[in-house]
Amino acid sequence: MHARHFVRLLQHEFALEWKNRQTLTSLVVYSLSTIFITYLSYRHRLDLSTWNALFWIITLFAATNAVARSFLQESRGLQFFYYTLLHPATVILAKTCYNILLLFILSLLNFAVFLLFFELPHFHILQFITGLFLGCFGLSTVLTLVSGIVAKAQGGAALVAILAFPLLFPLLSSVLEFSGNALQGHDWSANESSLLLLIALNSILVALSYLLFPYLWRE
Amino acid sequence: MEVWKNHLARHSWWKFLAVALLFYTFYMGFMGDVPRMPILNETIRNLYFHVTMWMAMLVLMIVNAVYGILYLSRQDPYLDMVAEESATTAMVFGAAGLLTGMVWANYTWGAPWVNDPQLNGTAASLLIYAAYFILRNAVQDDRKRARLAAVYGIFAFVMMIVFIMVLPKMSDSLHPGKGGNPGFNKYDLDANMRAVFYPAVIGWTLLGVWITSLRVRIKKIASHYHD
Repeated sequence: MHARHFVRLLQHEFALEWKNRQTLTSLVVYSLSTIFITYLSYRHRLDLSTWNALFWIITLFAATNAVARSFLQESRGLQFFYYTLLHPATVILAKTCYNILLLFILSLLNFAVFLLFFELPHFHILQFITGLFLGCFGLSTVLTLVSGIVAKAQGGAALVAILAFPLLFPLLSSVLEFSGNALQGHDWSANESSLLLLIALNSILVALSYLLFPYLWRE
Repeated sequence: MEVWKNHLARHSWWKFLAVALLFYTFYMGFMGDVPRMPILNETIRNLYFHVTMWMAMLVLMIVNAVYGILYLSRQDPYLDMVAEESATTAMVFGAAGLLTGMVWANYTWGAPWVNDPQLNGTAASLLIYAAYFILRNAVQDDRKRARLAAVYGIFAFVMMIVFIMVLPKMSDSLHPGKGGNPGFNKYDLDANMRAVFYPAVIGWTLLGVWITSLRVRIKKIASHYHD
């Protein structure tokens, strides 16, 4: 694993995304229309737990859409090119890192729009955004690895969702608890154990994908 | 490990032991003496079936993860067969454990499905292993299937452990020993019940190993014919 390769790969991912802006636009439009459908179906103020559940379900689908393509869109030639030049750990870490940033920015946008349609009385914004970041971190890590598995299996984006959703249960249930407390406006101390659990869970996820990805790489 | 495996393959004492232990479990489960407890009443007998089958499932899932790791390091197709078949047997035990648990919950908690972290954990593990089989079916090439399944299986096992072992301890559960509920062993798992409970765990686990080993042998013969 080389830091120089990592930075270069990250730059490359951003450049590629910027060059082909229509995928970026389609991701934003997808989330906006999902939120608007939710708004049309509810039309009134949501209670906190419904708000929380709906927001995270929308984020889950947006994340699947955004991250599933990360290995699927690459041509076989490009994969061979990476294979000859780079260490597998560099590839998975750079991709995961890119997806975390992309998903976090996308979710912040989602959050702002969601807040516009469904206002909240009072909540702990810094705590919620911390939860949002940790949630995006875990979602991206799992989905990037599963996207790598599915690319090798020559499956489509639907297979990514089928394989990743069961793996995301523990992450989603702990992130829902964390952000639920943040929405109720509790202090940090009320959320301490959930925060530690989320950080621990994210570390396990990164460690697993770092250890397991090289085995997918080998052909 | 090789020695142990060869021993189990050549000798059949453990199969007789499994049958004997399960006969004992069923006899004691229906005829044995159990403590009279409020609410639980006679349903406490389900402890010998529900909890023990669930533990056998857990053992078989550990076998799946261990053989997945072994496969990644040695690339022997036999290891993948064991991993696959132990997951199949684990699914059967998991489903049986879930059903017996639902019967029990219906009589003690008032509904077959309550929002309990441990119940959700078991349902989640069944879904995770269902996804494991979907992945296996999606890949044509044998070696690639084995490798991808091993990677997914190891990841899935760790997530399942987090979901069924760690999360229930963080939140309230209706199960004994969690969220302030007293554990079974504190007041009612008396010596009589222990004398049935532990043999039952061993009996169900041995039955699971037996089923798995038969299925692996069938697979071996089938792959031999294909070649």
